[in-house]
Amino acid sequence: MNEQVPVFPDERREEYTILAPDMLPYHFEFLAYVMRGHGYHIEILHDEGREVIDEGLKHCNNDACFPALCVIGQYLHALKSGKYDLDRTALLITQTGGGCRASNYLSLVRKALMEEFPQVPVLSLNFSSLEKGNSLKLTPSLVLKLAYCVFYGDLIMTCFNQTKPYEKTEGDCARVREECSEKVKKLFDSGAYRKLRKNARMIAEAFAAVPYDYGHKTKVGIVGEIYVKYSPLGNSRLVDFLLSEGCEPVVPALLDFVLYCIVNTLNDAKLYGKRSIVTPAYRIVYRWAKRKQRIMNEVLRAGKRYEPFHEFEHLRSLADKVINQGVKMGEGWLIPAEMAALAESDTENIVCAQPFGCLPNHIAGKGAVRSVKKLFPRVNIVPIDYDPSATKVNQENRIKLMLASARNNH
Amino acid sequence: MENLLGIDVGSTTVKVCVLDCAGNILHTSYTRHFAQPAECLLRALQEVRKFGKTFSVAVTGSAGLGLAQAGLFFVQEVQAAFAAVRRHHPFADAVVELGGEDAKLIFLTGGVEQRMNGSCAGGTGAFIDQMATLLDLSVEEMDKLSLEAKTVYPIASRCGVFAKSDIQPLLNQGASKADIAASIFRAVVDQTVSGLAQGRRIQGQVVFLGGPLYFLKGLRRAFREVLKLDDEHAIFPPTAPTFMAIGAALSAQGQPAMTVDELEERIENLPSGRVAVGKPLFSSQEEYGVFLARHGKSDLQFENIYKYEGDAYLGIDAGSTTTKLLLITPDDKILYSHYQTNKGQPLEIVVNRLREIYSLAGGRVAIRGVCVTGYGEDMFKAALKADFGIVETMAHFKAATHFNPDVDFIIDIGGQDIKCFKVKNGAIDSIMLNEACSSGCGSFIQTFAKAMGMEIEPFARRGLFAEHPVELGSRCTVFMNSSVKQAQKDGASLEDISAGLSASIVKNAIYKVIRARTPDELGQHIVVQGGTFLNDAVLRSFELETGKEVVRPAIAGLMGAFGAALYAKENTSPETLLSTVLTEPELERFGYTSRGVTCKGCTAHCNVNILTFSDGRRFISGNKCERGAGLRKNEKKLDIYSYKYETLLSMPKRKGTRGRVGLPFQLVMYEQLPLWTGFFEECGFEVVLSDRSSRELYFRGQHTVASDTACYPAKLLHGHIESLLDKGVDFIFYPAESYNLDEGSGTNHYNCPVVAYYPELLRANNERLTEENFISPYLDPNNEKYTVRALTRALRKYKLSTGLVRRAWRAGMEKLRSYHEGVVNEGKRILFEAEKAGMPVIVLAGRPYHVDPEINHGIDKLLSSLGLAVLSEDAVFEEGETPEVGVLNQWTYHARLYRAAQFCTRRAGVNLVQLVSFGCGIDAITADEVRSILEGGGKLYTQIKIDEINNLGVVKIRIRSMLAADAERRRKQ
Repeated sequence: MNEQVPVFPDERREEYTILAPDMLPYHFEFLAYVMRGHGYHIEILHDEGREVIDEGLKHCNNDACFPALCVIGQYLHALKSGKYDLDRTALLITQTGGGCRASNYLSLVRKALMEEFPQVPVLSLNFSSLEKGNSLKLTPSLVLKLAYCVFYGDLIMTCFNQTKPYEKTEGDCARVREECSEKVKKLFDSGAYRKLRKNARMIAEAFAAVPYDYGHKTKVGIVGEIYVKYSPLGNSRLVDFLLSEGCEPVVPALLDFVLYCIVNTLNDAKLYGKRSIVTPAYRIVYRWAKRKQRIMNEVLRAGKRYEPFHEFEHLRSLADKVINQGVKMGEGWLIPAEMAALAESDTENIVCAQPFGCLPNHIAGKGAVRSVKKLFPRVNIVPIDYDPSATKVNQENRIKLMLASARNNH
Repeated sequence: MENLLGIDVGSTTVKVCVLDCAGNILHTSYTRHFAQPAECLLRALQEVRKFGKTFSVAVTGSAGLGLAQAGLFFVQEVQAAFAAVRRHHPFADAVVELGGEDAKLIFLTGGVEQRMNGSCAGGTGAFIDQMATLLDLSVEEMDKLSLEAKTVYPIASRCGVFAKSDIQPLLNQGASKADIAASIFRAVVDQTVSGLAQGRRIQGQVVFLGGPLYFLKGLRRAFREVLKLDDEHAIFPPTAPTFMAIGAALSAQGQPAMTVDELEERIENLPSGRVAVGKPLFSSQEEYGVFLARHGKSDLQFENIYKYEGDAYLGIDAGSTTTKLLLITPDDKILYSHYQTNKGQPLEIVVNRLREIYSLAGGRVAIRGVCVTGYGEDMFKAALKADFGIVETMAHFKAATHFNPDVDFIIDIGGQDIKCFKVKNGAIDSIMLNEACSSGCGSFIQTFAKAMGMEIEPFARRGLFAEHPVELGSRCTVFMNSSVKQAQKDGASLEDISAGLSASIVKNAIYKVIRARTPDELGQHIVVQGGTFLNDAVLRSFELETGKEVVRPAIAGLMGAFGAALYAKENTSPETLLSTVLTEPELERFGYTSRGVTCKGCTAHCNVNILTFSDGRRFISGNKCERGAGLRKNEKKLDIYSYKYETLLSMPKRKGTRGRVGLPFQLVMYEQLPLWTGFFEECGFEVVLSDRSSRELYFRGQHTVASDTACYPAKLLHGHIESLLDKGVDFIFYPAESYNLDEGSGTNHYNCPVVAYYPELLRANNERLTEENFISPYLDPNNEKYTVRALTRALRKYKLSTGLVRRAWRAGMEKLRSYHEGVVNEGKRILFEAEKAGMPVIVLAGRPYHVDPEINHGIDKLLSSLGLAVLSEDAVFEEGETPEVGVLNQWTYHARLYRAAQFCTRRAGVNLVQLVSFGCGIDAITADEVRSILEGGGKLYTQIKIDEINNLGVVKIRIRSMLAADAERRRKQ
């Protein structure tokens, strides 16, 4: 079955357009830019709407998870648009290699392509040595830059979300976001991207300069499955909806998820003796990334305007109070840990976004709500299922219910 | 201060109320809006005028959200209820509110919490309506009947589709409508308890709200019984139907005053929303005319039964909701046809029709052969003494071939089911039936039509020329309801919704059941049939969606009966001059009584229905195995499922001195029970198993189920935990294992997330579990050193030495190994015996826990009774190689499936049937792989989805179809 998988000719990478799903709007913008610098022409897809979901339904087992349907739908919708030279187009997808279905997206994408676009190669972006023949060649310098994509994406996302609800003039925040993004791209060009403290300050100050009204806004945290947590296609534009309801969306950083994945390999070593030669390397990366997180938090705190990121070690200690860190499939223990961290930092309303029937979420999402509530009795958590047929009305109704009772409690 | 006006626009009704400024009720009204909420509201507002000129207004309700766009103050429904309860029932502890399509639960004391039904939830007013339609009763009649119930049957509550599949067999077996009605209400209660309460007990003073709970006494009674509430604690306020409107009015306090005229104007000027729309079905009458003419060609000729003299053959299709009869002449002309909904009394219908045929024929017609097919095949064949019975898929195939000998694809959409089959080389190649969660069949449109106050035919016809058919989802009825709700909110017309529903039925069939990627995959010569296709809007939608012209016989609804008649004609031997069917005088005397009993033949305790006919013959149905049918059990037991189950159950043997450890006999224990029994007995503990799985056990743990959409095996685990807690064991042991045993068949060897981490969920959601009495260490069974360390630590209270733990671990692993060896050897024996006896073999492949009879519902026994030998995936996988798969092969249990499938492709006479638990996300991936392995090796793929429902009837059809198709394939080869 595997023999006819088309291989991406890495030596001719310049000729190809590589399509990537719109999973992390803030971060993938930088990822695409950085990759372009390495000869990969990445284009982030913004296809939306019912047709995209329908394409997904048509080409993928309907019991597969919703993110897979969205991603596959976006790919096929784009490939069918006629905008791309099909012999010079490839697809990019991320893989974590965990014990959840998500690791199989790549296979599902390939299967979906088999019928109509057999010539299109699918590239994997992963750090678990999967798909050796067809994964992006990750040179140390590229990996380093990708890490900074995460940092800058997180910074801009966090500052934007904390400023947008209060801006005086509609459009200011969007403009600042645009400006910051352009500046960050230039930093990648010049090599100055590694001056994290300075650049972080630049971003925080740019957003802090936006004129604002400080009224009371209900803070609403978003946790959950990684795709529906961040992707506007996946979560029916949840952030926009919350903004329109007069709330401040609090979206935890992507870095948390990256660190979570790294820590899981360390935990595996501790729990089951699963060690390999790369385990010490993971430990080094982990320490390094935590240092970077500390730098960003120092900057955010210094401005006195912005809530910093959750300290990761603190997240882990919160996790220990509600669940075991052995729960490592999907977003695992990170979900209840983030719920607890949000509750602790006065974000008492939380949307737990999950694809309908998401297996790890049975345990770490819905299943852990009670434990979090026991610890933080005031917290309001509403699990929302995302699904090709779930209507926006239903999803929004449930969020409104949460908000209404939040206002009641005040 | 103004008077307060509260408006509640729900999915089916409009409620309006007026309060004075002190909150006293001046006026309430409650009207069904039949999909036209705005018009209905405007009418209701007329009565409001006499209570004042201006009002403070607030709206609530699922369709009320749209009114908020008119600049009206919107209150979330649960908040509205909250406000009203606080005022009128300040001492209430909880509120249960059932609406048309929502169910809500508010806990008021001990931490306020508010819950609404999720996106997958039946158990609401619409569900009750649907069930009443199924019983052909009005909701009021159903309610009245339910009060006379004697027995309550288990009916799946989660979703209307499941419930239907539970109810249909009961109806067909002649269970009383009173009992069924009561069972439906009980199902609604179960749904509320499991779906909404999710771990919190509903207790104290409970206020019950919403239309259904106000109008239906039976439902009230069911709630009171299940929640064990007396009159003092169950409060049914007289204002229940309009309660939300009252709450809205209370919340309107302080809103700016508004005149009724102003209000009306705002409602009238509501912007019509943006709805996704599709293309019209027909652009002109001419186009429709051409379409009709083309389909008019596929027809049968008629013969006058009043004059005809000669032979005839009768086909009876006893479907689940309809009964069809067709009498044909030897040259395939129609003498008599009949199509009727069962109304729960299928046998009466057929007997009456047979009487009619005899009287019309006036002795001139000799019925030489009668063949029965469909759902009620066995019962009808017995009752009528028919000559033949064939499985319905074969009947449809026969009929389709008559209209198009080149047919390569048949799709039949009936009232309750969708059947599709591909035809290759003149034989059925693959069969697809709709699974548990894919509704979108005929009765679905019917239910919608009724909800809109129309008959199905005019309703469907109005869609033909709709200009902007709405795009609705293609998944489940409950989802569809909310899609329709949204479309209504956005101002879609009835025509547009009708056309949209027709299209979604078709999409459901193509993308959900057939799972076609491109229309060409279906085939070149498509025959469509089933009553639903008589609906031109559905037929047209199908042609538009597939881009193909298809054949729809004029007798589309009678094809099963036609195929049966053809079968009777072909198989009646020349010597047989008259059928064995009941003669006219016999019919005169025909009658029957039905009686339900619980079979005590084995632990399955089937609800068996016994029909006794007036001539003394008996027919027994509802039994899973042959025992209940009064037959002797298959003597040579070639069923590895019962071997495994019994072997595991008899595992714990020794008494221990250290204490009693409870092992919940579910999920991973079906694989590792030998390991943990061996381990704990060696350590000196007594091993106590939880009770055997059963529905009762499930209900015992239902209140701690956190995620209602998890698989049934996982949800059952909650009951097992309760059972062990009640047995007073010292502690319960259930390990968390990310990794399963590495059997070297994949790139990794994970457990699925649910199996791996369920202990976390149990601990978080069962208040009775503590650090002391629930021990669940994280283990990797492949690593002895770490496992021994983790176990020593987890059991530190018992001060076991590392040496002892290691010895015990090794003893356990040895026991596990020898258990596996036993399974493999038994598998070999079964295969040998079966091949010696020429018996077909089925590898019933699933997960280890599918051995649980409550999970597999006795499918192994059913297979045995059909004369098949039953193997399991773990008995044969070692004989199969790891095939190359297109997916990440990283789960231990799933790797076994692939290898077992590979094994089947190499053995003649061995077929594989895959068992899939509903809600198992990982099987969405394995199913496609197993299918391609089997089909690549020239075998048929059959999948059976299992859940709480216990409906072996459908399973039997699938298995028989598979056997018939397999036999036909082998005959051709």
